[in-house]
Amino acid sequence: MVKELERAGLPTAHVCSIITISKTVGANRIVPSVAIPHPLGDPRRTPEAEFALRKRLLERALEALQTAVSGQQVFETDIG
Amino acid sequence: MAQPLRVLHVLNQFFAGLGGEEHANLPPALFRGARGPGKLLQQLEPDIEVVATVATGDNYVAEHLQQAADEVVALVAAEIGEGAFDLVIAGPAFGAGRYGMACGTLCLALGRRFDVPVVTALHEDNPAVDTFRRELTIVPASADVMGMRGTLMRVAQVAVRLGVGEALDATNAPVLSRGLRRNRFAQRTGAERAIEMLLRKVAGEGVVTEYPMPKFERVPPAAPIAAAARATIALVTSGGIVPRGNPDHIESASASRYGRYSIAGLDALSAATHQSVHGGYDPSYANADPNRVLPLDAARALEREGRIGKLFDSYFATVGNATAVRRAQRFGEEIAATLVNEGVQAVIFTST
Repeated sequence: MVKELERAGLPTAHVCSIITISKTVGANRIVPSVAIPHPLGDPRRTPEAEFALRKRLLERALEALQTAVSGQQVFETDIG
Repeated sequence: MAQPLRVLHVLNQFFAGLGGEEHANLPPALFRGARGPGKLLQQLEPDIEVVATVATGDNYVAEHLQQAADEVVALVAAEIGEGAFDLVIAGPAFGAGRYGMACGTLCLALGRRFDVPVVTALHEDNPAVDTFRRELTIVPASADVMGMRGTLMRVAQVAVRLGVGEALDATNAPVLSRGLRRNRFAQRTGAERAIEMLLRKVAGEGVVTEYPMPKFERVPPAAPIAAAARATIALVTSGGIVPRGNPDHIESASASRYGRYSIAGLDALSAATHQSVHGGYDPSYANADPNRVLPLDAARALEREGRIGKLFDSYFATVGNATAVRRAQRFGEEIAATLVNEGVQAVIFTST
């Protein structure tokens, strides 16, 4: 699905936990997330810290969308 | 072979020598004996005798697939009849899309009606391969007619073996995999076989995997957006986040559909409004707080801060759990068309 969106000219940040799958399938802008059952959250943190983490991942996704890439690129986030 | 293998050969108007694109509308015609590639086929394999050739126009078949198949079956029944041929060969159609679809459609129709084995030859990238690979024996063809001779040699070999009732698949013959898995008993466990395979690999010997991974094509990256602060951005997820009650009945595995859900005026998802229907991960974290998979609350915060120009007022969701790649492709195409059409410039796609 990510590829079809990019094929249609829509830059797409793939926020996902299993980077190898995203790479194999062929996403171009990959943003590694936290864990499979909570990619954009972490139930061990306080709600405030969890929200801040989610926002940070999205900020990274926005950077990926504003970056020209020549092939597959992984945009790591320091999620502490 | 005491008796030659009697072949009914299916060709398009061009290879049957009836004309080029200007004759692509020709209705089915039947000729006694071999034409074009059929003659070369007989030379390469003396045990093959082409008893008749069916020729159809590329556009004629492509535009009326079912009707053309019925007409070809009727024509063969009337002119040649039952029991007059042992096998059907169609093509090779190389990379030609319309011709490939014709070969696949006519092979299936003739095989069913006359109860004979059928085989066609297509290049792997021919779109007809995906349509027919599960049902048909397909010999890999070269990309274009330059490889006619080599392709026909493989076709002849496969035809002769099919003619004597051999069961062929990609492991024992030059044919494309049908993508089917057959169960069998192995004498040794997977661990033992894996170690043996590893040792052979280390020793530099050839290793053949027991389960080839699918190959995915690459898409060139889309150009970036100049500024997220001025863009309309959509959220899409394969993580199965839907409004409570799952109004579109999206399946928890092997999803056959996706949903479009409004988030207009909504600041965040919550356990009261949304849930996960994904069957491939423990949904308790996502059910407790769906923003963990579809991050609406944080996206709204970025929108309020002016770092996202506008969040598109709907999100799209499906379940990516054993979902067929072809289906996911279709979901992606349809969603992309909708988003482009409605002025979206970029997408944040979340997966579990």
